[in-house]
Amino acid sequence: MVKKECIAMLLAGGQGSRLGILTKNIAKPAVPYGGKYRIIDFPLSNCVNSGIDTVGVLTQYRPLELNDYIGNGQPWDLDRMNGGVHILSPYQQMEGSQWYKGTANAIYQNIQFIDRYAPEYVLILSGDHIYKMDYSRMLDYHKDKKADCTIAMLEVPWDEASRFGLMLVREDGSIAEFEEKPKEPRSNKASMGVYVFTWKVLREYLLLDEADAASSNDFGKDLIPRMHSDGRGLFAFPFDGYWKDVGTIESLWDANLDILNPKIDLDLSDENWKIYSNSPASPPHYLAVGARVQNSIIAEGCTVEGSLDYSVLFANVSVGKGAEVKYSIVMPGTVIEEGACVQYAIVAENTRIGARAVVGECPEDVSNRDDWGVAVVGSGLSIGAGSVVKAKTMVENDIAEGTK
Amino acid sequence: MKANSVLGIIYSNAYDTALPELTGLRTMGSVPFAGRYRLIDFPLSNMVNSGISKVGVITKSNYRSLMDHLGAGKPWDLSRKLDGMFILPPFSGAGASGVYQCRIEALYGSLGFIKRCTDEYVVMCDCNVVCNMDLGRLFDAHRASGADITIAYQHGTAPALDDIMTFSFDDGGRINGASVFNGGTEDTDFSLNIFLMRKSLLERLVTEAAGLKMLDFETDVIIRNLGALKIHGFKADGYTRVIDSLQSYYSFSMELLDSGVRAGLFRPEGPVYTKPRDSMPAFYAWGSDAKNCLVASGCVIEGEVENSILFRGAHVSAGASVKNSILLQDTFIGANAKVSCVITDKRAVIRPGRNLSGAENYPFFVGKEIVI
Repeated sequence: MVKKECIAMLLAGGQGSRLGILTKNIAKPAVPYGGKYRIIDFPLSNCVNSGIDTVGVLTQYRPLELNDYIGNGQPWDLDRMNGGVHILSPYQQMEGSQWYKGTANAIYQNIQFIDRYAPEYVLILSGDHIYKMDYSRMLDYHKDKKADCTIAMLEVPWDEASRFGLMLVREDGSIAEFEEKPKEPRSNKASMGVYVFTWKVLREYLLLDEADAASSNDFGKDLIPRMHSDGRGLFAFPFDGYWKDVGTIESLWDANLDILNPKIDLDLSDENWKIYSNSPASPPHYLAVGARVQNSIIAEGCTVEGSLDYSVLFANVSVGKGAEVKYSIVMPGTVIEEGACVQYAIVAENTRIGARAVVGECPEDVSNRDDWGVAVVGSGLSIGAGSVVKAKTMVENDIAEGTK
Repeated sequence: MKANSVLGIIYSNAYDTALPELTGLRTMGSVPFAGRYRLIDFPLSNMVNSGISKVGVITKSNYRSLMDHLGAGKPWDLSRKLDGMFILPPFSGAGASGVYQCRIEALYGSLGFIKRCTDEYVVMCDCNVVCNMDLGRLFDAHRASGADITIAYQHGTAPALDDIMTFSFDDGGRINGASVFNGGTEDTDFSLNIFLMRKSLLERLVTEAAGLKMLDFETDVIIRNLGALKIHGFKADGYTRVIDSLQSYYSFSMELLDSGVRAGLFRPEGPVYTKPRDSMPAFYAWGSDAKNCLVASGCVIEGEVENSILFRGAHVSAGASVKNSILLQDTFIGANAKVSCVITDKRAVIRPGRNLSGAENYPFFVGKEIVI
């Protein structure tokens, strides 16, 4: 095996339980995003664009669709003779089989894989975030600081800071203190869950962490605090681009609509930082004579006869005559029949929205604002003609015709 | 030899001269069509969807864009250890003259490749014929009739191309008469230049014809052998169009705005594969007005678009109007420009405020990278 300077380990085993029906059958990193992508396209494309050609993808929850999607890594140029993408699932060992107990344990169980490449540095990523980042600059920073661990850091709005793992950072970039989701934040510098470790040091701490029966084997909770208390060199790498955790329905909806917001700095059309994906073979989309499309993106294979406002259509969606789609995300293969209305909603793959059905509600139409939320329809369902799905509902089963 | 296996041969340069505007800098096979494809995607996908796993692509000139498009054949699943795609550029060996003038010379130049293939049959296609055809049905018809050669044909007005054969048949479907002088004739059965035969027969016919310095595959190989060989026709009944000029390229493109016509070309059981470009989905801005149009990914539409086809990466600025036009990849239409019945080649730029207009029967053509 040819030695690699830096390889990436991508933690993609999470269920993303707050996405409810959307992750019933697929892992969170496989959730569709942005009309043609899946969340995992972002860290994978970032790796390739940053010159990292060896990526271990650690899967655990419902890996079938994710494994299928990644395949041999060819869409991301990660089908390499030496390196490339490797799916790393939990496996059986002499002492019995073991699931990944935590993020650090997942890496611990794959020490052999990393050792084969004998890297100087290991980049730890998660498959939960939408962002474009040049990891090679972070790696340079890590080397400059002679750090043992570098954590990517983003300044978040103060009123949201208490939702994040925060860091108090000294002037030289070194980390003075950690705070995990504090009630009264003293810093607004949040960890993005992107780490560069010097492999020799990380390897040592993985062994220590595993030997500690009291540890929950988590990077943020156990391993990094242990390095900190041992006085290892921990540094924060500042990042100021677009970054979004798409862990909830609202944030997934927001992150999709962010593509349509010209004020938000997320350019997916940058020729020098392409986001690669595994796309289906579909012809261009067709807008019919009666179509009306405003501030929306449409992927290949769609047919639009109705109207579209501030929405994202994935591949092979059809929107019938007189149907309206507003502020919504419609995933691949879904059919919206004549006169139906889909608003403030996320509709998963291969679902049928019957004629004149209404899915979701405008925030203005809901008397109590707390009752409002994005409506979600699960994949492969059928919403009967004329039925009504209220705001904030998560539809998990077929709905009969005319149900109100 | 693998029983019943079929080798595919595609002529990427056939009838280049019929479409000089678009083939000036490329082959017929790399002419863009239907918003995101190149013409060679159609025969290649037909072959792959019919189970053919080895395809030779014969090239003659200007094939740089074709090579770029095809790469190692991955998008068509033809990048393989066993079989796969083979580019056959001009090859001047003993007895062959290098750059060839005709189909016989092209095949003779590639005879070394053809002979080494272990397939039992060979099917040949041209790139100016756009269809979504199950070649398995052609093969079944060939086997059922016991013909030596089966040629796919279509009924209608023969394309205005040199050497397009028109046929007459006996009651058993065998071709008993053929002519090459009927281009443009209405209500006739004309050849789609899709030929299926045993590979050994092709090798013999090509060697003979080349030895006699014959030049014309249609007259010297097919028509001359109508008596000696059992040559049958196979009627293509699905979507089939033969491009013979810029006008027909334009009208066949515009026809795709009809959902029925589109359904014939893009059948769910016969997906058409092409090289991916990884551009984001098309974006429609506030104030845009698009209707009756076919739009590929990577397009940005701020202005008005009607009855048009936009290839990947085309940009229509605010206030601009695009009607009855075809904008090839990365065309840029500046603010308040008006184009109607125009075909713009790759990376053409129409500057703000310009006004360009052709006619339905004579579209105005803007060449590659031209700035107006």
